[in-house]
Amino acid sequence: MTPTPDILRVDALSVSVRTETGLHPLVSDLSFRFAPGETLAIAGESGSGKSITSLAIMGLLPPPAVRVTSGAVILDGRELTSLPEDQMRAIRGDRIAMIFQEPMTSLNPVLTIGRQLTEAIRAHQPISRAQARAMALDALTAVRLSQPERRLGQYPHELSGGMRQRVMIAMALALKPQVLIADEPTTALDVTVQREVLDLLRDLQRDTGMAIILITHDMGVVAEMADRVIVMRAGRVVEQGDVRQIFAAPTAQYTRDLLAAVPRMRDRAATGSENASFEITEQNQIHDIRFTREHPIARLENVVVRFPLRSGLLNRTTHNVHAVEGVSLTINPGETFALVGESGCGKSTIAKALVGLVPHQGLIEVDGQKLGSLDATGRKSLTRSVQIIFQDPMAALDPRMTVGGLIAEPLVIHAIPGDHKARVADLLSRVGLQPDHADRYPHEFSGGQRQRICIARALALNPKLLIADESVSALDVSVQARVLALLGDLKTEFGIATLFISHDMAVVDTIADRVAVMFLGQIVETGNRAQVFGNPQHPYTRRLIAAVPVPDPTRTRPETVRLAGEIPSPVHPAGQAPDRVIMREVSDGHLVAQD
Amino acid sequence: MPAYLARRLFQSALILLGVSFITFFLLFVLPADPVRQIAGRSATPQTVENIRRELGLDQPFVVQYGRYLWGLVQGDMGRSYLQKTDVSTLIAARLPPTLLLMAAGIACELVLGLAMGMVAALRRGRATDNVLMMTSFVAVSAPQFVVSLILLYIFAVRLGWFPIGGYGTWHHLVLPAVTLGILGSGWYARMMRSSMVEVLRADFIRTARAKGLTRRAVIFRHALPNAILPIIAMIGIDIGIFMGGIVVVEGVFGWPGIGQLAWQAIQRVDIPIIMGVTLVSACAIVLGNLLADLITPFIDPRIRIR
Repeated sequence: MTPTPDILRVDALSVSVRTETGLHPLVSDLSFRFAPGETLAIAGESGSGKSITSLAIMGLLPPPAVRVTSGAVILDGRELTSLPEDQMRAIRGDRIAMIFQEPMTSLNPVLTIGRQLTEAIRAHQPISRAQARAMALDALTAVRLSQPERRLGQYPHELSGGMRQRVMIAMALALKPQVLIADEPTTALDVTVQREVLDLLRDLQRDTGMAIILITHDMGVVAEMADRVIVMRAGRVVEQGDVRQIFAAPTAQYTRDLLAAVPRMRDRAATGSENASFEITEQNQIHDIRFTREHPIARLENVVVRFPLRSGLLNRTTHNVHAVEGVSLTINPGETFALVGESGCGKSTIAKALVGLVPHQGLIEVDGQKLGSLDATGRKSLTRSVQIIFQDPMAALDPRMTVGGLIAEPLVIHAIPGDHKARVADLLSRVGLQPDHADRYPHEFSGGQRQRICIARALALNPKLLIADESVSALDVSVQARVLALLGDLKTEFGIATLFISHDMAVVDTIADRVAVMFLGQIVETGNRAQVFGNPQHPYTRRLIAAVPVPDPTRTRPETVRLAGEIPSPVHPAGQAPDRVIMREVSDGHLVAQD
Repeated sequence: MPAYLARRLFQSALILLGVSFITFFLLFVLPADPVRQIAGRSATPQTVENIRRELGLDQPFVVQYGRYLWGLVQGDMGRSYLQKTDVSTLIAARLPPTLLLMAAGIACELVLGLAMGMVAALRRGRATDNVLMMTSFVAVSAPQFVVSLILLYIFAVRLGWFPIGGYGTWHHLVLPAVTLGILGSGWYARMMRSSMVEVLRADFIRTARAKGLTRRAVIFRHALPNAILPIIAMIGIDIGIFMGGIVVVEGVFGWPGIGQLAWQAIQRVDIPIIMGVTLVSACAIVLGNLLADLITPFIDPRIRIR
């Protein structure tokens, strides 16, 4: 490779936060350089300082507490950290642009898309409104947003998450910056949308030759996008190098651990012998499940959940949101049943219906008892056999209660006799925490530990079915791997059945026994893991699997079909219901929706 | 939109009906006897009885309330017991000064309060913030008559810039309006500060800064409209509290508004006037809230009514 002049160079950059106990380093001694057209990934888990680094380059560190304490950021020969604010402002958005993680909140809700785009352009170029509008239209067309003309007059809430992220990209790239900083640009998006956005970024980079700093926790995304990688931990560089070298031969122990923790889809196109032995274990599982099929823990038959939308003078129901439409499934004792699908597909609604949090039609049977026929006492005893673990462990724990109090609360509510203190201590050690943690408060724990507390609380009543609703999605990969291992241990130890709800195909592939894929409130494919992942039949399942970023930079990705348009709406006028899919059996227990 | 407006107006009518019932009932069970007030101390029991019958006050509650409502539907708010004039005429004469004072007072409190809150939020944690929040705390907790007397003493008695009381020119308006403004501003300053602090932390503010916008554009175009949204709803609710302040301020400054009218009527148990003033105030509050709800969608497209 011929040496190209650096577009951006970071020299021994240190960023600190001033606290009551003095200066606290957030980023220490970070150096890197990169050339036009290059993609540099900064990878790391939460608290690694990767986002702070990007804000430092942009000169957007929150003043006055956080500031650059030493080092330099040099863009095209110009030092940025000491630049006065008005000169830095001219660079921001023009020479260096940035896109953020949360497309839902990153756009101003009270201004039109057009206004937000044109003001970004007009902040840097002395042109008329009409000219800026024309440029904005070009930018929206470049990010392949449908009906760009119409989007200019729309407000952010009228657009889906994927569309908003395209708008953010259009806004960042309208002025053809030399450097684009993408801070977790696809983390909040569904896998198929993530796929489209990543493809888009790559295409735009090819066209414009800009350099990209990609900040992410997702090693799959790193492998697909980056030329070079910096792995950061606690504000320091752990390892830095070419992407292939980092994945093939990581030198630092932390990088090795990080890569080992990444959930991976099993490689089913592997060599014959591997495949054969794999098939045998899968066969055993099928056998086990058959054995217990007589007494399912939960049985759903033709379950329908609709939410009415009211409007007009008399507040009549004019439309219904068809969240769940005719779902049937059974969960057997001791099995992990995974429900996968993208946001809005109805997977969480099923969890809520199962515990009686939303009204449903159709049959839901838990432990042989029909839900809905139960009186208050029956419902209460039912909650003993089904427990939920939610996505956000911080929001799920009352900050004013001690951990011991939180875990003992279900015991108190259900008036379970016995020594609650001993039970709490036992539960804490089961989930890998110390018994003396019972006296502490939730804020004293890390995210992974909090999720363990939630699991301990869910286990307190010896449930037969555990519902894990995106329970590991908010956790860092290394923590996620440990929590998944814990859930696996609990399954073997207590024989608890788990309904595992997730959007992450790779995670599902590591822990599920059986899988159901949901789309628009209906199951489109179900079967055991080997059937669904090894031999996906429905086009939507295939698209989901193909969209998962693979943490292997040497792999050449097969060109995926780009889906035109958005997922259709689950809202229908009152009295109308969407067409039900008809399932046909392809092999034993493997059902696929017919077209 | 027309359906929404119709529903809201219907709800408003129900609220006014409820207010009229509760007020009428409270006045009915009140131990004070309006007839004694009219007849005077020396009246014979016969005269008292006559007056009572004449005013229909000997009838049971349901009949009295029914008659009042029936009159109200026809646009008749009754006659004052003591002033022997139609209540509607009395209120019509007193309403313009009160509305003027209200408008000026609300403008004062919004300008003062929102400015203070915004500056405090932008200077969060610094000396300016502390001083402003301390000031707003004093403003919130100072009794109305104290503030008005201090202002009167300094600006009317000592400096002689404004008249001590009365009604007529804009000179007369300044002190009462500023008094009302100071009282409300503390409240708005605190709300505006917390709203603004929250908005300044929002992701879209970071986006706006990352675009390279000037600080002014970020604050006035991006932060302010979002920060002001919760405040607008509060203005509607605030009108009720504001009416209470007006009664006192009108009294202190001799402002010939309905606050004074109400005060005199309460002292003399002049039921038709009390009813009339209460209903007009309730109307103002209901309309204020409706107005706030109708304005919000113009700023916030997310709740635009289809």
